[in-house]
Amino acid sequence: MSETNYLELRKITKVYPNGVIANEDVNMVLQRGEIHALMGENGAGKTTLMKILFGIEQPTSGEIYLEGQKIEIHNPLDAISKKIGMVHQHFMMDENLTVTENVILGMEPTKGLSLDTKKAREMTMEIAKKYNFKITPDKRVMDLSVGQKQKVEILKALIRGAQLLILDEPTAVLTPQETEELFEQLKILRDEGHTIIFISHKLNEVKHICSRATVLRGGKSVGSHDLKDISLAELSKLMVGRDVVREIEKQKAKPGDAVLEVKNLKVLNDELVQVVNDVSFKLRKGEILGIVGVEGNGQRQLIDCVTGLESEYQGEILIDGKVCAHSNGVKQRRDAGLNHIPEDRLTYGVIANATLLENLISNTYDKKENNKGIFMDDKKNSDRVTDLISRFQIKTDSKHTLVRMLSGGNMQKVVAAREMSTDMSILVADQPTRGIDVGTESFIHDRLVEMRDKGVAVLLVSADINEVMELSDSLIVFYEGEITAYFPDASKVTEEELGLYMLGLKKMKDEEIAEVAK
Amino acid sequence: MTTKKVTEHSQDELRSQIMRIEFFFEFLRTVLSIVIALGIVLVIVAFITDDPLKAIQTLLMGPLKSVRVFGNVIELAIPLTFCGLAITVIFSSNRFNMAADGAFFVGGLAGACAALAVPDAPFMVKLFVGLSAGFGTGMIIGLIPALLNRFFGAWELITSLMMNYAYGFFVRYVLNRVIRNKDSISIESHPFNVDMGKLFTGTRIHYGLIIVLVLAVLVYVFMYKTRWGYALRVTGKSEKYATYSGIKTGIVILGAQVMGAAIAGLGGAVEMFGLYQTFRWTASQGYGFDGIIISTLARNNPLFVPISAFFLSYLRIGADVLNRSSDIPAELMSAIQAVIILLIAAKAFLSGYKQKAIVKQSQKFAAQGGEAE
Repeated sequence: MSETNYLELRKITKVYPNGVIANEDVNMVLQRGEIHALMGENGAGKTTLMKILFGIEQPTSGEIYLEGQKIEIHNPLDAISKKIGMVHQHFMMDENLTVTENVILGMEPTKGLSLDTKKAREMTMEIAKKYNFKITPDKRVMDLSVGQKQKVEILKALIRGAQLLILDEPTAVLTPQETEELFEQLKILRDEGHTIIFISHKLNEVKHICSRATVLRGGKSVGSHDLKDISLAELSKLMVGRDVVREIEKQKAKPGDAVLEVKNLKVLNDELVQVVNDVSFKLRKGEILGIVGVEGNGQRQLIDCVTGLESEYQGEILIDGKVCAHSNGVKQRRDAGLNHIPEDRLTYGVIANATLLENLISNTYDKKENNKGIFMDDKKNSDRVTDLISRFQIKTDSKHTLVRMLSGGNMQKVVAAREMSTDMSILVADQPTRGIDVGTESFIHDRLVEMRDKGVAVLLVSADINEVMELSDSLIVFYEGEITAYFPDASKVTEEELGLYMLGLKKMKDEEIAEVAK
Repeated sequence: MTTKKVTEHSQDELRSQIMRIEFFFEFLRTVLSIVIALGIVLVIVAFITDDPLKAIQTLLMGPLKSVRVFGNVIELAIPLTFCGLAITVIFSSNRFNMAADGAFFVGGLAGACAALAVPDAPFMVKLFVGLSAGFGTGMIIGLIPALLNRFFGAWELITSLMMNYAYGFFVRYVLNRVIRNKDSISIESHPFNVDMGKLFTGTRIHYGLIIVLVLAVLVYVFMYKTRWGYALRVTGKSEKYATYSGIKTGIVILGAQVMGAAIAGLGGAVEMFGLYQTFRWTASQGYGFDGIIISTLARNNPLFVPISAFFLSYLRIGADVLNRSSDIPAELMSAIQAVIILLIAAKAFLSGYKQKAIVKQSQKFAAQGGEAE
């Protein structure tokens, strides 16, 4: 190793208590002042590796060298004292405190016994100015946009003297415009001499901003490359071990009659804020309707109402022209032919501590054909589950394995197998591929298109813009609880254009939006 | 590419091995908890008595010394099994309703009162009316905390425990003011003349044993073989998931508490007709709380409940015999129970060894994957 290496990770191995080997002999070398990409599919071990570097997890074996010195990082405080800072995927802030208070938390300037608020504010502004961050020091964090929150997180690391910044999937929550802004800021930081680890699996972004990349696959490092010398195609091949076809092959949709109709839906949240404001739309057979929007703009509540999980709403939801019930709404909607792949896999999608069999029969166990009198037809259920496991290629040694022993991708296949295997007219797919590997992702995409071609109406919500754009036949954009745009033909929309609507910079005319309810 | 396949294959195999390790440690934890608890008791006994060897022998072998004493073990295991089954059903809805104790207690009273109300009816009618009264009373006692939770959000654990005190006063009131036999010198009711009869001569083992064993099988079949049992287990494991699946969780949770308490109530009535001629309980027997440890030991499996009830009953009678033949108090049993429950409930117990075993197994597989490369 040469002296110029700023940081070196050598043969890092991490085995989790449940036996998952997250990292195995991972090597990574960083030069000072570079933006280094850490790439890999979901579950490749990126986040674990960074948690080790930031002291949140301890490696099972392996060594870390900082400027040629062997170091041990026992906890995040240790990491901070070694000038390492991390911006987590899920922000670590007190939402009720102001920007200033969050930034100086734990290193408060004091005047006597009390907090020196003036000094604190000055410190925050000074560091923000130095790196050209536009922030509002006195605003509460809860009132900020996601992009702004992220800036505050970065500032928190910088004010603690971080020379090495770890950004865990920073662009996952940002709109295209906000991403651009973040990149400008990162370039400034780099020019100031900071070193940045940029975790991402978005190839274009990495190519755009990083100089070198380390790729992880299945917990192992499969190489570091200068991005000048490698094409995007080669890079993606490294990540997944095969060529990824991001284009989803599908015929043009042949939409039929409307099966789901939402009429003047209004929802108040716990703070009595109108989170869904007079939303109306129709979903037709044989069509995938995508809902796009920055998270937290009412999509969550809309889906909860449509699927019956939320019973407190005004307006009407109709399936096949029949009004859906408010109480015990889930059962009634399921009986009417609505299936649901939920956003939160571990809370709603599966019971981690139950077997695959128990998980896979929960929407069919009470059907007449699966029972013999008062008893469940064990053989029939068991045969059906065996069939589902093979058809959906769920990797497991037995149907009696507990679901928590499965990987995230396989868990999602369990959800998909259950929700896509019964007769239905509507499928609500909420983040159907969040946090899973590319192989499972394309598998689920294919199934979705297949179901559409069979005449199922699919309502798709996803935080992954590419996914919604590629899968959907038509699109609606959500902003602050309202539909702000409707595109009858999703293939004619660009990412930039969607971004404008998602951020509320543009809004279609009411007549254009009303088209979706016709 | 072949490497990846090898690793994936090993990962699958690894998972099944880890499941086996987890199962093994779960089993080990139960057995070790019992052994350690007994060990602690033996040490205590050794300190407080002059002849520790004899004391230990009495504790462990005492229940076997005569048919009559062993009969006591079975006899005590009957109400314990009823309550263990009651708790198993209630707890599998993930609600900690302690109504089983009150239900058993008042169930006994209800059975006696019902039998007293139809003094001239034939035996079978009396028995049926009495058992139904116990069962029905249990249902109501289970329902009260469940409804309080549903409509007012009151925690079942608190309300059911408080209700148990109220039942104590209620039972004493009814006994003293309504059904008391004024001619008797002790506090007891008139004889209700329902004797289920003994199964074996020379013991007090009654037909309740048959009833409770059949009931254990029925509860098992209900929980594991019917769609209602499935809905109950799913709801208990994850209420949110159950709601999402379209299960009417409100009814399921209510139903489990009502059914569970009804089993305890039935147990009270069975106990009454099996062992007594007159009603004379002035305080709860406390079996409802023993039901918790029994259900925990049985890992909520209804088929294991009679076994763990027998185990607990055996220790109780052992301590009893010891108490009568020496200076050691029968409360010793409480210490054993406490240690067992503590160790079984403590997830961290042995978890270090479990983790080491899993890591070792994982690394073994990682090494094999490495060789294949």
